Amino acid sequence: MNNEHILIAGFGGQGVLSMGKMLAEAAMAEGREVSWLPSYGAEMRGGTSNVSVHISDKAIGSPTISAGEATCVIAMNLPSLLKFESFVKPGGLLLVNKSIIDKPSSRKDIDVIYVPVNEIAKELGDNKVANMVMLGAYLGKSKVVKNETLMNQVREVFGAKKPAVVALNEKALAEGGKLSV
Amino acid sequence: MARMLMKGNEAIAEAAIAAGCRYFFGYPITPQSEIPEYLSKRLPEVGGVYLQAESEVAAINMVFGAAGAGVRVMTSSSSPGISLKQEGISSIACAETPAVVVNMMRGGPGIGSIQASQNDYFQAVKGGGHGDYHNLVYAPASIQEACDLMAKAFDRADYYRVLCMVLGDGMLGQMMEPVEIKPVKIAEYDKSWATTGWDGVSRPRAVINTLYITVDELNELCGRLQAKYKIIERDEVLFEEFHLDDAEYVVVAYGTVARIVKNAIENLRAQGIKVGLFRPITLWPFPMLPLENIAGQARVKRFAAVEMSAGQLVQDVRLAVNGKKPVELQSFLGSNVPGPGDIAEFIRGLKTA
Amino acid sequence: MSKAIFTKTKMLTDTPTHYCPGCAHGIVHRLIAESIEELGLSHKTVGVAPVGCAVFAYRYFNCDMQLACHGRAPAVATGVKRSRPDTLVFTYQGDGDLASIGNAEINSAAARGEKICVFLINNAIYGMTGGQMAPTTLIGQISTTSPNGRNPEVNGYPMRVSEMLATHEGAYYVERVAVNNTRNILGAKKAIKKAFEYQQNGHGLNFIEVLSTCPTNWGVSATEAMTWMEENMLPYYQLGVKKDKEARQ
Repeated sequence: MNNEHILIAGFGGQGVLSMGKMLAEAAMAEGREVSWLPSYGAEMRGGTSNVSVHISDKAIGSPTISAGEATCVIAMNLPSLLKFESFVKPGGLLLVNKSIIDKPSSRKDIDVIYVPVNEIAKELGDNKVANMVMLGAYLGKSKVVKNETLMNQVREVFGAKKPAVVALNEKALAEGGKLSV
Repeated sequence: MARMLMKGNEAIAEAAIAAGCRYFFGYPITPQSEIPEYLSKRLPEVGGVYLQAESEVAAINMVFGAAGAGVRVMTSSSSPGISLKQEGISSIACAETPAVVVNMMRGGPGIGSIQASQNDYFQAVKGGGHGDYHNLVYAPASIQEACDLMAKAFDRADYYRVLCMVLGDGMLGQMMEPVEIKPVKIAEYDKSWATTGWDGVSRPRAVINTLYITVDELNELCGRLQAKYKIIERDEVLFEEFHLDDAEYVVVAYGTVARIVKNAIENLRAQGIKVGLFRPITLWPFPMLPLENIAGQARVKRFAAVEMSAGQLVQDVRLAVNGKKPVELQSFLGSNVPGPGDIAEFIRGLKTA
Repeated sequence: MSKAIFTKTKMLTDTPTHYCPGCAHGIVHRLIAESIEELGLSHKTVGVAPVGCAVFAYRYFNCDMQLACHGRAPAVATGVKRSRPDTLVFTYQGDGDLASIGNAEINSAAARGEKICVFLINNAIYGMTGGQMAPTTLIGQISTTSPNGRNPEVNGYPMRVSEMLATHEGAYYVERVAVNNTRNILGAKKAIKKAFEYQQNGHGLNFIEVLSTCPTNWGVSATEAMTWMEENMLPYYQLGVKKDKEARQ
């Protein structure tokens, strides 16, 4: 399996940290080594937050991701795109939240997918699953973990109590996946 | 227990409970606040006590009291808070009571930053507080290792009646990794020295004391402490070797920096550069002899300390290498966490130096 | 045949104290020790000694003892009591230890309502270090660091610790007593014993401030010291119960 170094960034409240966590947990459930490192402290308050996730078959060394090392950057807002676009390594993947970013990527040496996460989430009935749409797009392209494994994490959180929430998340994941095939 | 994805701070807190710790006295400070937060919930569930103190000073003195009463007790903090705790840390060393302190280092001096740093190496291993004393200092490089070392720290603290410090940094505290909190077989140690109330017959009166007013008394105490430290230096050294078998260049690094160095080494090895890592796991006692032995091997050309501090670790490396080979230093200052590329560039420079 | 008409409490060791002639530490030690013995609680007592003249208190109280860092006795006592709730825990502190460097620790312990007894021995001066100004030193009082007398413009005003601690909801019992005459000594004993009984019944914080003497650093004779205390300290530090939650019920 491929080693993934994913950097997800956006506003606080966009579910950036939990996207990273779901991804890391799913990869762990599939037997991979993982690490999850958030930005923390004052820079989180009111600003942009980000998380670095490594998925590998070997023990993870550096938990950070430097410029030019990311196999994938997910930019959920414009400041994140401007700050982290350069972190994608040549041939890597950039996912852009098209709903609130109207600037195209300046990179020509990478795959760029523009995902209208809010519009899709709204169509599905709840804006809260916008981050799941984005995760779906990422998984559709990278296939780093199975949608089903990730859904197991969602089920663990919401359990049998909220089957509607689980179903909605599953749909969001699937819809996102359609954008990147 | 199966592998779980846990934040370093929370995993360390759970590992403390697994190691039999039931008492925690602390004070919030970033980037370690998840330890007190987690324990404030968990300790009452297991019949323990969590108490938020009015300051780091009070917290360590509460630890002093509880340690003197013979229970497994800990506190945690980060660099500026550890500075405040030095009064109690020195006293605990003097009173020879067992305690565990977790330090998730952040950048200094002063209030500094809240990001990861290793700039309190000297404070941890060369003193910190006043007086001739040592703490046993463990420097984990992963969350799993941090949890395993928590169990060891509580055990060794009881065994030697010393303070054990688990020295991490903000990154180790804030990141998540898969971890298994293993069940711990808790050894029982004689604690008849503890102040638990005295019936006048079953044991001598217990006095937890840090005052040795005459030269003879203090001289005797210091001699006893140093004799104990000699045994610890002989028996408690821990380290890891990584690609050292044929290494011409030996990087010495600990904690999170060491794991970043491993990435760099793998990349350099792929390019044919024979470089390896020597990672001290105990910072005190520092693995002097093992490192000296490596320095004596003919194929080893050069050593390099890589640290997120301005030349602290390198001093112990130089003491160990003792002039046998050149020892270089690569510092990353001001909470500037290096990437594998930064370190690889420095190591390549060693070849041409 | 001789008959013993007085025996020393077993709660004090046979070690001779190092206190100066005319110093009241010895009286207060005895009152605390007798109270614990009379209550039958010696076997579960843990005392915490301070830094100050009473630093050697662990040599004199015949129970398990800890010696705390300067001012931290309430924190150390908290550590003992929280981890060993069945023990009877007391701290014995001077006014410099408790009211100056240890102000945060005693106020926070009082606010938390720690189930401990705290004894403050207030003699309005630093004794062990040789007569420097304390937070309790009176206006105009000469010390080695207020050689012209304490000047409020420079040093502020003497701290009334009992009144301050009584404001804490967590304080259960606060009383100021003195050991200048037999009547007051008997009153002090009663207060000390009550403080231990309250702790034994699960209450805290119990705080007794004892006005004491320091003839050596006040520069007076042992007998003059009692008069000095009466004339100078009693008017400013008024005796009495400042708070007693049980009496109010």
